Amino acid sequence: MSPLTTIDLEGLGFEQGAHILIARALESVPAGARLDVHGRDPLLRVHLAAWCRAQGHALEEGQGQGPAGTIVKGRATDERWVGSERAGAPSATGLVDRPGPTWGLAARGALVEAGGHGPVFDLDRRDEVWADVAPRLYAQACASQWDPATAVDWDTPLEHPADVEAAVVQVMTYLVENEQAALVVPARFLGRVHPYFREVVQLLAVQVADEARHIEVFTRRALLHGEMLGVSSSGGRASLGTLLDEPDFSLAAFLLSVLGEGTFLNLLSFLERNAPDPATRAVSRLALADEARHVSFGQAHLEHRVAIDPDFRAQLRAAVERRHHALRDTSGLNEAVFDALVVLAAGAWTPEAIALGCARVQELVADMADGRRRRLVRLGFPIDEADELSALHTRNFM
Amino acid sequence: MGGDVLLMGAVAYDPKVVTIWDGFRAWFAGQGLAFDYLLYSNYERQVEDLIGGRIHAAWNSPLAWIRAHRLADALGTHVEAAAMRDSDCDLRSLIVVRADAGLDTLDALRGRVVGVGAVDSPQATLLPLAHLRDAGLEPGRDFEVRRFDIGVGLHGDHIGGEREAARALMAGEVDAACMIDANHLAFGREGTTPTGSTTVLSATALYDHCNMTIATDRAPAVLVERFRGLLLSMSYADPEVRPLLDLEGLKQWRPGRRTGYAQLEGAVGAFAFYDEQGRVTADNYRP
Repeated sequence: MSPLTTIDLEGLGFEQGAHILIARALESVPAGARLDVHGRDPLLRVHLAAWCRAQGHALEEGQGQGPAGTIVKGRATDERWVGSERAGAPSATGLVDRPGPTWGLAARGALVEAGGHGPVFDLDRRDEVWADVAPRLYAQACASQWDPATAVDWDTPLEHPADVEAAVVQVMTYLVENEQAALVVPARFLGRVHPYFREVVQLLAVQVADEARHIEVFTRRALLHGEMLGVSSSGGRASLGTLLDEPDFSLAAFLLSVLGEGTFLNLLSFLERNAPDPATRAVSRLALADEARHVSFGQAHLEHRVAIDPDFRAQLRAAVERRHHALRDTSGLNEAVFDALVVLAAGAWTPEAIALGCARVQELVADMADGRRRRLVRLGFPIDEADELSALHTRNFM
Repeated sequence: MGGDVLLMGAVAYDPKVVTIWDGFRAWFAGQGLAFDYLLYSNYERQVEDLIGGRIHAAWNSPLAWIRAHRLADALGTHVEAAAMRDSDCDLRSLIVVRADAGLDTLDALRGRVVGVGAVDSPQATLLPLAHLRDAGLEPGRDFEVRRFDIGVGLHGDHIGGEREAARALMAGEVDAACMIDANHLAFGREGTTPTGSTTVLSATALYDHCNMTIATDRAPAVLVERFRGLLLSMSYADPEVRPLLDLEGLKQWRPGRRTGYAQLEGAVGAFAFYDEQGRVTADNYRP
């Protein structure tokens, strides 16, 4: 298309968007090019002059018949984009190692005007936050969202003994407390991860929403047949508090997702198998599916990180030891929670049932340790070191 | 006032003034010019300080420019318009009526009510009223003037007076409203005067707006020349100054010119806003 030298706006005025047609005509011509503007809007001449002045274009005003004016294109509209650059390519493959300092909140792939002082996102290095599986996990997460109101049948009557129900309530109380921590940790990182790593931000956002839902369903299950929640131990809260103290994204993902939520996969699976009622089994199953995604991302990110920097394993080890050290004066798992798990798995108050429940919980604890060990081995730890680090993990499970 | 720092006055008509001149100050410093600025609450004191030698330069409204050179002339000193924005050149004020009012000529405004901006607004009060006067319509005698005194002392920099006049026009409280051409376009776009609801009864001739006034006898010539040169060198392609130019409403600084103020000189004389010595003589003007 050859550039226009004349444009007829017909009856269109500047209050109705005449500038859009004029700007389009000027887009393809260099500064200094001339454009005759014709039109019938009675305000065209005065508004054309005001618009040209604001845009840095010169105007030769028309007289009588003929054009309302002749625009001589100024330099400013083109100068605005001098030094601009694309914020990378839109795709999640081939990400740059570090987004440009001015990209800020711009969409990945957008043409970014030079200059300006955007918000600072300190987690802006690819290897500090990324995992190639992030886009796929985010898509899965979106497809797997569920509605707490309808995903669980909340109308089932209480059919197990009241003191077994008390054990269920205690376990739910404990789960809520853990999910609060699992919500806060990714939420704190959400505002620090550079938006260029969009899929990581999106995944963290869904993770936060997942935990919000878990808090809701565990609370709702706890109060299904009563009005009181169980107890919260200071040791349990101290253990969770140490998760919030970790400022490094990768180390926090390691402690929370790989070790903590990883351990919870066993716990939720245990509850799904052993809970006395369908509602508890349902909330455990739903949370388990979400937590598995969180563990997958944390694990994949850490595998990426140690693959490019094998020495990072020393920092992982130090993080476990630091947390263990911080917790050495606390009691670990709330005894009431441990006993509640036994009663829940026993389902009755006979010595035989309690013995069976106890055996199942011991089996659970062994499964948890085994799961942690396997994930640590996948991160490249030798088996004996994996055993040792798994054993240092908090007795509070998360 | 030290001789090693160029000191400029600016009127704080909006909080963005601080952003703009802080930004320019940093940019000037990067170019090796020591520059600082003083903020004034109104143009009258700024002009008095310029002529009194307390500042070297003043970012002046057109009315302030007229007072500055009248004061300077009376004292036998000199001021010059060193620079102005591209957007300060060739403005036009409009006398706007409702499209359905059946007012086709300026003469139809006899006996009617004309809404104007603040008492000291060149574009929304002094220039359009002088334009009507030149057309044979004496304000207050042939038509009633309804003033919207918002931001008195800011010489019309505050858009509020023009917007209130436009609102009064749409509400039927006045028969005509006076405003700068760009504001008529802005009011149309924002919906204050819906598209098609108004028409332009008459327009003033072209005139110039603000300029960077220098007290040439007082300001160190080397600093002034460097200041002016740097202003004119600012490029819209420079990402550091572009946001500041956007805030200040220009694409490019141009050399100042004195030729675009004759209309306003006439209006100032016609309404006795200042006398020939630059004293404030306007009634009811308390900046």
